[in-house]
Amino acid sequence: MDEAVAALRGGGAKLIAGGQSLLPVMKLNLAAPSDLVSLAGVPGLADIADGGDSVTVGAMCTHAQVAGSTIVQTRIPALAAMADGIGDAQVRNAGTIGGSVAHNDPAADYPAACVALGATIVTDRREIHSDDFFQGMFMTPLEDDEVITAVRFPVASRAAYAKFANPASKYAVAGVMVAQRGDTVRVAVTGASGDGVFRVAAMEEALEACFCGESVAGIAVSSDGMLSDTAAGAEYRAHLVTVMAKRAAEACE
Amino acid sequence: MSGNGTGIGASVKRKEDTRFLTGRGRYTDDVNLPGQLYGYILRSGMAHAKIGTVHTDAAKAAPGVHAVFTGKDMEGVGGIPTGWLIHSKDGSPMVEPGHPAMAIGKVRYVGDCVAIVVAETAEQAKAASNLIDVEREELPAVASIEAAEADGAPLVFDEAPGNVCYDWEVGDKAATDAAFENADHVVSIDVVNNRLIPNAIEPRAAIANYDPATGEYTLYTTSQNPHLVRLLLGAFVLGLPEHKLRIVAPDVGGGFGSKIPHYAEEAILTWTAGQLGRPVKWTCERIDAFKSDTHGRDHISTAKLALDADGKFLGLHVSTKANLGAYLSTFATCVPTYLYGILFAGPYTTPAVYCEVKSFFTNTVPVDALRGAGRPEATYLLERLVDKAAHELGLDRVAIRRQNFVREFPYQTPVALQYDMGDYDATLDLALDASDWAGFEGRRAESAARGKLRGIGISTFIEACGIAPSAVVGSLGARAGLYESGSVRVHPTGSVSVFTGTHSHGQGHETTFAQIVSDMLGVDFDAVDVVHGDSAKIPFGMGTYGSRSLAVGGTAIYLAVEKVIEKGKKIAAHLLEASVEDIEFENGSFTVAGTDRSTTLGEVALTAYVPHNYPEGLEPGLEETAFYDPLNFTFPAGTHVAEVEVDPDTGEVELVAVTGADDVGRVINPMIVAGQLHGGLAHGIGQALMEECVYQDDGQLETGSYMNYTMPRAADLPSFNINHNTTLCTHNPLGVKGVGEVGSIGVPPAVINAVIDALRPLGVHDMTMPATSQRVWQAIQQAQG
Ligand SMILES: Cc1cc2nc3c(=O)[nH]c(=O)nc-3n(C[C@H](O)[C@H](O)[C@H](O)COP(=O)(O)OP(=O)(O)OC[C@H]3O[C@@H](n4cnc5c(N)ncnc54)[C@H](O)[C@@H]3O)c2cc1C
Repeated sequence: MDEAVAALRGGGAKLIAGGQSLLPVMKLNLAAPSDLVSLAGVPGLADIADGGDSVTVGAMCTHAQVAGSTIVQTRIPALAAMADGIGDAQVRNAGTIGGSVAHNDPAADYPAACVALGATIVTDRREIHSDDFFQGMFMTPLEDDEVITAVRFPVASRAAYAKFANPASKYAVAGVMVAQRGDTVRVAVTGASGDGVFRVAAMEEALEACFCGESVAGIAVSSDGMLSDTAAGAEYRAHLVTVMAKRAAEACE
Repeated sequence: MSGNGTGIGASVKRKEDTRFLTGRGRYTDDVNLPGQLYGYILRSGMAHAKIGTVHTDAAKAAPGVHAVFTGKDMEGVGGIPTGWLIHSKDGSPMVEPGHPAMAIGKVRYVGDCVAIVVAETAEQAKAASNLIDVEREELPAVASIEAAEADGAPLVFDEAPGNVCYDWEVGDKAATDAAFENADHVVSIDVVNNRLIPNAIEPRAAIANYDPATGEYTLYTTSQNPHLVRLLLGAFVLGLPEHKLRIVAPDVGGGFGSKIPHYAEEAILTWTAGQLGRPVKWTCERIDAFKSDTHGRDHISTAKLALDADGKFLGLHVSTKANLGAYLSTFATCVPTYLYGILFAGPYTTPAVYCEVKSFFTNTVPVDALRGAGRPEATYLLERLVDKAAHELGLDRVAIRRQNFVREFPYQTPVALQYDMGDYDATLDLALDASDWAGFEGRRAESAARGKLRGIGISTFIEACGIAPSAVVGSLGARAGLYESGSVRVHPTGSVSVFTGTHSHGQGHETTFAQIVSDMLGVDFDAVDVVHGDSAKIPFGMGTYGSRSLAVGGTAIYLAVEKVIEKGKKIAAHLLEASVEDIEFENGSFTVAGTDRSTTLGEVALTAYVPHNYPEGLEPGLEETAFYDPLNFTFPAGTHVAEVEVDPDTGEVELVAVTGADDVGRVINPMIVAGQLHGGLAHGIGQALMEECVYQDDGQLETGSYMNYTMPRAADLPSFNINHNTTLCTHNPLGVKGVGEVGSIGVPPAVINAVIDALRPLGVHDMTMPATSQRVWQAIQQAQG
């Protein structure tokens, strides 16, 4: 780990995990790192640990590993199911949770899971709560030489993720994670907004009052600031957020 | 025909799959020549711009770079030609602007070739291309038909006012107008046929070599028709005689029409190899394939159907605008005309049909044939319109079709074609039965109980395949013949090599053609090999497209085999001391009729090559070539039924069932035919539900990668229910018709008719392809106000 951090210091080097986001960016000439520093040889980064009221997933765990982990499946089934719905089999076998979180793609699934579950991002030097971590499209508080080592997810009493996938890329057009811990409900949305993952307070309140799909079915989110592309314009995206929130809540029932 | 385990009608496993499935295929990119260099094509990032000096010094000085060439360097070389001259209504020839292999003075689409960098490695060539500085002045672009025809639109070519290439027509306008005057009902429709990007799994590639010792050029290229490339590249672009230009199209990983045209890159590579005296290799990256492989479709049409009080079709009037892209690709001009307008009788007896097509230049990738080429566009329009007519007249969708079917053959349509044979009722009945059409309402109710909207759609269609005969297409403007060649070489010990002018890039010719030959000659299937793709080995042939290979190429082989048998009879008669007239040939044996005196093909072959005891005056050897120019197109036909379930909350369309009942003529290999149908159906479903090429107004390609261009995947498709009813083609000896394009022609309107059927209860009566979830959701929103 020290070697990796040293290699990242003061230059154009970049970490590479699964390469599923970094390599496409490099192919398009949008990034041209001087060196690639692989975390593949750093021990202990691909473990999944059951901590009782939390599950800690090592940064180098692939999406397939998370999806297939008995710990995740039994403790936070919504997280396993979410990981199983990322991209396609090749992507799931190569892409990692650390890479996904660090990249903070506005259409990625993990940000919704992290924010809804109230996860903590653990790095080589500090712990950052999800609420402070996802700072808008591709923006995080990570330093250039900072390495994510794990993500710690508190266990929810109930949670579910519903995703409307882009038919071409399979990234989220609208992905909504609904999670309840104690009396608190969090609703986190990814894929839809140009600012990345966001929470919907009105839905959270409605679900706290009465936890069922119908509670959120009538709650519209504004299409202002929503992404718009060939698969989904802003209005359609905003509509899908409500439909996905309803489906996620129903799946929790 | 023996019909044995490997003969005609048997599902023989494909010969070619051994190498394809074990990684032993040899594709163009697998070809490496000693001393080869790598070329990278720098493409225009602007859709329309004047270009001044292209500064290449920095690139030339970059590591590993051997040369950089631009349009200016190739200025004396001929342009890329087009293969079909269309005449407008007024008799004037189409506007046919020059197409320099590399842009001179102007770039006209994002992807237009600007320069080639040649270096030791592909990476060096690509890196150096970043150092090329192109002086350019951006011009306003026209990226759609609407933009191209707008008043005062920027011109793609100064010589094409209004950006019009031609304004063509077919059919009897006066008779059609009269039909509308006498009609009880007129039903009209506006449809868009969405632009598609072909996406063959193997990107285009080429490697060119010049041998100064022989003066011979060799080009390995991803082509569906190596001789066509040789003709165009040799005679029109580089001015090379045929005997000094060899074109090899080795294993090719799919074409779908996009590997028919002769491309600028082929000319650039071959010319560059000549300049440098070293082999130069180029492999297109996927991202460049999106913006340089020819695209398909892209029509806007308005049409109306005249009917009598009972629903009998009286007349059809079609006005279409077609997008040809920035330059005229090889068959671009005939796709929206002679492969489109003449299809509008469909399977119906409509007595008067008129179709006019105006084609436009735009600042987009050139458009050319794509699986079905013109026929999917025609079928989609017609079958949407027929459904609409049924709805507006309150008639049953099936009944209105049946009521108008052609039943007497041969049938002369009002738009040039003459159908030789078919049985449209039979395929319709088969499809209704196989799809349980009658039980649909029960399934609709079951879906409704789950909150889903279920719909069923149908299309009944004909195709015209194996475009021919040469004299007719020549009179219509084709600049090539449309015959095919086949050679059959029986070797001295009785094994057989078959040489075909067609090209196999997924169709399984090596198997199908071997089945025909082994069946006819009574030799082992394994003793027959099919050779294709190398202009130095095969006779001059036109290649593979338009579902022509079996009907035209297979027939040429059939005729060559017949010649072999005729000659064999002469040799056998000599060996058996009988007269030629008394010799019969069956199952590999020549027999004196009515006796048990016989000899085998093997003995006859050996005698032909060791002619010690041989008929006087007969040439030694046992090898025959036949060229076959068909008398007519072939007319596959069928019915497709699609069933969908729509999620009203998201607009998602799930395709739950697809049933095909097809008449493709005699089936040589049912497994291969099923594969062709499956692939075509997937393609057609892709067009109906997913695929859409989108350009921004400034001519930037918005759907330029798999991030947002949706190809159908296995999980998007139901298990296909495929059925056959066969009538034989009357004018080729095998009775075959063609199958490669059936799915992409027949299924899109069935799918869209099903989507509309599902949405009608909500008040939605129209849908544009592709019926993406957003489009369906928006249609529902609009209908519900
Ligand atoms: C076809 C396709 C479909 C996809 N579909 C989806 C989808 O549906 N949902 C979805 O969520 N994602 C999707 N992805 C993205 C995929 O999940 C990526 O794997 C993920 O976003 C990045 O993980 P990676 O391990 O590949 O990271 P890399 O590509 O290796 O790295 C990404 C970035 O993170 C940095 N990084 C990597 N590891 C660390 C670390 N431990 N600490 C700090 N920085 C680090 C790298 O330097 C780089 O900047 C898709 C990708 C593809 C190619």
